[in-house]
Amino acid sequence: MSPRSATSNSAASRTHPVRIESRADGSIDLGSIEVIRVLDEQGDVVNADLDPSLSDSDLLRIYRGMVRSRRLDLRMLAMQRQGEMGTFAPGLGQEATQIGQVYPMTSRDWYAPSYRSIGAQVWRGWSMDQLLLLWAGYFEGFGIPEGVNDLPFSIVIGAHVPVATGVAMGIRNRKDDGVVVTNFGDGASSQGIVAESFNFAAVYKAPIIFIVESNGWAISTPIEKQCGNPVLAARGVGFGLPAVRVDGNDVLGMIAACSRAIDHARSGRGPYLVEAVTYRMSLHTTADDPKVYRKDEEVKAWEAKCPIRRFENYLKARDVLDDEAIARIGEEIEQEVLAARETFRKRAVPRPKEIFDFVYEQLPADLQGQKAEYLERLKRKSVE
Amino acid sequence: MPQLTMVEALNLALGESMAADDRVCVMGEDVGINGGVFRVTKGLLDRFGPERVIDTPLAENAIVGTAVGMAVYGLKPVAEIQFSGFTMQAFDQIEQNMARYRNRTRHRYPISMVMRAPYGGGIRAVEHHSESREAYWAHTPGLKVVIPSGPRNARALLAAAIADPDPVIFYEPKAVYRAFREEVSEEPEVMEIGKAHVVRLGGDLTLIGYGAMMRPVLEAADDLVEEHGVDVEVIDLLSIKPMDTPALVESVSKTGRCVIVHEGPRTCGVAAEIIARLNEYAFEYLLAPIRRVTGFDIHFPFFQVEKHYLPDSDSIVAAVKETMSWR
Repeated sequence: MSPRSATSNSAASRTHPVRIESRADGSIDLGSIEVIRVLDEQGDVVNADLDPSLSDSDLLRIYRGMVRSRRLDLRMLAMQRQGEMGTFAPGLGQEATQIGQVYPMTSRDWYAPSYRSIGAQVWRGWSMDQLLLLWAGYFEGFGIPEGVNDLPFSIVIGAHVPVATGVAMGIRNRKDDGVVVTNFGDGASSQGIVAESFNFAAVYKAPIIFIVESNGWAISTPIEKQCGNPVLAARGVGFGLPAVRVDGNDVLGMIAACSRAIDHARSGRGPYLVEAVTYRMSLHTTADDPKVYRKDEEVKAWEAKCPIRRFENYLKARDVLDDEAIARIGEEIEQEVLAARETFRKRAVPRPKEIFDFVYEQLPADLQGQKAEYLERLKRKSVE
Repeated sequence: MPQLTMVEALNLALGESMAADDRVCVMGEDVGINGGVFRVTKGLLDRFGPERVIDTPLAENAIVGTAVGMAVYGLKPVAEIQFSGFTMQAFDQIEQNMARYRNRTRHRYPISMVMRAPYGGGIRAVEHHSESREAYWAHTPGLKVVIPSGPRNARALLAAAIADPDPVIFYEPKAVYRAFREEVSEEPEVMEIGKAHVVRLGGDLTLIGYGAMMRPVLEAADDLVEEHGVDVEVIDLLSIKPMDTPALVESVSKTGRCVIVHEGPRTCGVAAEIIARLNEYAFEYLLAPIRRVTGFDIHFPFFQVEKHYLPDSDSIVAAVKETMSWR
């Protein structure tokens, strides 16, 4: 089946048989993978059974989380183009995937995001001004906020996944509750360490949810050239992981799938794989120009599947939202983002003297000498 | 006072650390019922159970990566890699996470863990089983790298490595594993990481080694003192990183001459770093160029000829005599 078909198929489709072409005799039936979608591209409910039946206030909170993610992304892009922000990875178009994976988590659960997860990090309790510091190259931006059980992302693709798995092994080992949710992209699915992590998690029944955000592109490499079988949920069978495929632009579908996966892990039944089919609407990073390798028509086709507009349509139909409220919320969040930018600008003071201070618990004697030499260098340049 | 081999001494240290702190757990390939391929973890499964003596799937990178995660969670994993040659599989997780996590998270998640691996040649092993690549890890910020040379310091250094708040690469000279017995104390013993030991006092020349090379170094020292009248001082480095620069400088400032021995390749090896430090801090005392007796910059040879590749007491004696007669 086409890698993108989870979102382009008609609403009637609920499961897909997974057939893998075999060189010898045609195909092997590996059973079927459930495909989850609650809202179609117009925002109509197509699977009421899976609707997580959330309260109006939660629905609005989720909506705000998605809008915040987008507004922050767009503001950061503008700041980057004006030289105020370093290279970063926009999550534009993946807001439903992002908020849908963190909404079902509790604060005692652990979140191990990839670097394209700004919206989800804000949901988890990172302040926007801190994330601006982080992407503007200030080391203090990396400090994980008090009370937030998150791991830092890794710039090396997929390298955070075994650490997330190890945390889950620790939870299992100590018979504690709590689960780990980690995400990575379709590009990361090619990394050996991600496969090793699937296997470790399955062997130890570690309470971890692997969310592969299949967004179609790893910089310039389309998923068809990334994966022999682009149905990444199918990897669950091979590793002994229950797996579902979700329309990643349907936030209610994401919540339904991730809630199920988290319940599964929390009840001691081990890891779960969630494939969220979505699309990287924007750049890989701000150093990237997608016009070199992909067609405008493809991007336009995905604009029609915008996760925020779809959710707005649903909320309007439920009388939770109207055009006036959409405009008002958009403006409120824009002001939040601008306020965060102001806080960021006040906090954005480099601290060159501290670069030796986090490497070891106590600086070894030979490094103390290097630190003294470095401080002397700063002094000569009158750097504070 | 028990007389133990290095394998027994390491096993003793693991058992003592696990008994003293229930956060300490052992993980790796075949460490459970099999007790590890060299039997360093023998009996620990029975004593501490499968939650704390964890047999892993065969994937070195994930062993280190998940150990980092367990350390994040507050456990103190001691991950065994069966041979140091296989730590190359784990280079990714050592460099990206084990070494960096404390810094990346600004002390929020310190990684108090040990990666143990037998290293070095001399046991007639197949390819990838005889490497000495400690210099790689010494080059990585955030790690500590220690290498014991005998049963007693192996036990005390492993206890220190497990207790250390930072990640430690613990390389075990497998040529020494069962080579000799040594008395170890009844009570747990802990050695400070970052300290070299002067194991023999002398006034003419400082001979520096570590790990499996301490045996030919000490053999050469005996020969030099008894047969050649050269009064060598011998230092066992023990800690590659941090390195005990003051001890090295003090000794060479006294003797004025130095020969350094290791079995890893020469270029950018540990000896090169020692020479650089002595050049910085003991230059005015030097009476002769510092010599290196090391492995060569080639792949470790197949085992029928490994004895010619590895530094031995003859090559050390020759280097010392040349240094003594330099003018």
